[in-house]
Amino acid sequence: MSDAVLQTHGLSIRFGGVEAVRSVDFTLAERELRCLIGPNGAGKSTLFKLLTGQLKPTAGRIVFRGHDITGHHTHAIARRGIGIKTQVPSLFDGLTVREHLWLAARRTNPAERARAITEEILERIGLTSLAGGAVGRLSHGLRQWVELGTVLAGNPELILLDEPAAGMTHDEVARTAELVREINRTHALIVVEHDMQFVRMIARTVTVMHQGAVLVEDTMDQIMKNATVRDIYLGKHGGP
Amino acid sequence: MRRRRWTSGTVLTTVAMVVIALGVPQVVDQFGLLQLTIFAAMCILALSLGFVWGYGGILCFGQSALFGLGAYTYAVTAVNFGESTAAAVLAVVVPAVFAALLGYFMFYGRLSDVYLGVITLSVTLIFFNLMNSTAGDAYRVGKARLNGFNGMPSLPTLNVPGDAARLLDPTETFYLVMAFLVIVYVGLHALLASHFGRVVVAIRENEARCELLGYDVRLHKLLVFTIGGGIAGLAGCLFADWGAFVSPNVFSLTMTSQIIIWVIVGGLGTLVGPIIGCLIMQYLATTLGTQQLANTNLIFGIIFLAFVLLVPRGIVPSLLALGARALGARAPGPARVHDPA
Repeated sequence: MSDAVLQTHGLSIRFGGVEAVRSVDFTLAERELRCLIGPNGAGKSTLFKLLTGQLKPTAGRIVFRGHDITGHHTHAIARRGIGIKTQVPSLFDGLTVREHLWLAARRTNPAERARAITEEILERIGLTSLAGGAVGRLSHGLRQWVELGTVLAGNPELILLDEPAAGMTHDEVARTAELVREINRTHALIVVEHDMQFVRMIARTVTVMHQGAVLVEDTMDQIMKNATVRDIYLGKHGGP
Repeated sequence: MRRRRWTSGTVLTTVAMVVIALGVPQVVDQFGLLQLTIFAAMCILALSLGFVWGYGGILCFGQSALFGLGAYTYAVTAVNFGESTAAAVLAVVVPAVFAALLGYFMFYGRLSDVYLGVITLSVTLIFFNLMNSTAGDAYRVGKARLNGFNGMPSLPTLNVPGDAARLLDPTETFYLVMAFLVIVYVGLHALLASHFGRVVVAIRENEARCELLGYDVRLHKLLVFTIGGGIAGLAGCLFADWGAFVSPNVFSLTMTSQIIIWVIVGGLGTLVGPIIGCLIMQYLATTLGTQQLANTNLIFGIIFLAFVLLVPRGIVPSLLALGARALGARAPGPARVHDPA
């Protein structure tokens, strides 16, 4: 397991009587692209918040590239190299698109290099024409791209994407899938998504979560055939 | 975009301040000059809150505590040393250090904005009561008697550094205060244009995103608060020097609310706004103070309410928005953002 980027051991968090994430053992290999699916309330976003330090686990450990980062501050974890696109885009509404990318790039790069990265990413996400506009006025789909670009500009080693295709048109979804595959050539990713169309476009290994725990981990084809997975998505066994 | 803080407005304001600084002593009498000197000193105080609140997003009710601390530090040190240079330096350093300590507990303790307001206000009132109860011979720091609510009169005023006998005359003091005002104004703009300053603004916009990008929000806020404390202390020093007097009123509720009104009237999120707000309100206070018709505080309250309800963004941002609208859709900026999807 020396090539694991990220590992969790018995990771749990309890909110009062609810165990939102239950004893999750998860391993992500170098340059792996993992899709994380599951019905609403399965604990996917909570797991992401644990991984980025926005929530502190009640039990278990998180190891990132051999370093135990359990309970570390959010900014310290980000500095170690984990970047996240949150479920609802978390942006600086009063700032421009360009400023977003620059802020992300500038933390680890000198000014000149940060500017070059900013322009490069703008090109890559196709937002050059909107670069000078305030982000607060963009549509949800475009905000998703801005956040994705911001994460990319910071060049983290591991990228977490929480519902990157939400609020996008069909074409935009296809473009996002392409971008995710492209990022995956150099980076490890975990992608949470509800849009099965999108998951099918990018997935190799899929982890299914249900009621806070990992239900099954397999290839996309096997997952689609899995009766239990189908049941929880159709609500037979009472997922929320 | 990276130079967007260095707008023509900033340059214009700087030039205007320099022209006023150089021109006014030629045309204004001694009394007017003294008035303008204290106005300018208060503008520095307004800038400190304009920076901390308008850019750092930290609503501090304790700016007058830091201001008063600067004033008292100057007073006590100047009385003891007889020479004002060290006193002036300490008047900046002590409030900055105090702000850093207070800020450490507030920001590293992850207090929410509401508690921040409560704590800073409490600290101000603690200082107010503390200094009020220092009457009598027992309360002295070295040679300096604190004198409780009577305040400390006949303070040594600023002298040419190293020469205690060579005091600055009113015109020189005016030049000095104006120079500090310009330095603080330009310095803050430079700071806001730097990497640090841009992160500070980003934190105001979205703290969580800043942390997710790897920026230590606590540290940035602490630095903003500390810098604001030092600037407020400088204003306090100039205030104490101006009247050769300091009393616990620098810590009063009136003082602390006044600073907030300046910033709100002038415009939050700009630097020239607090200066303009401060000038207008001080001019009004001086003018209203000479008549018996209506209570000054009452009128201030009405103005404050009117601004909060009718011009919530303050004078400068509202005027800028009006100007942008007058220029029409050709004006660059967020208004032109369209959605091609």
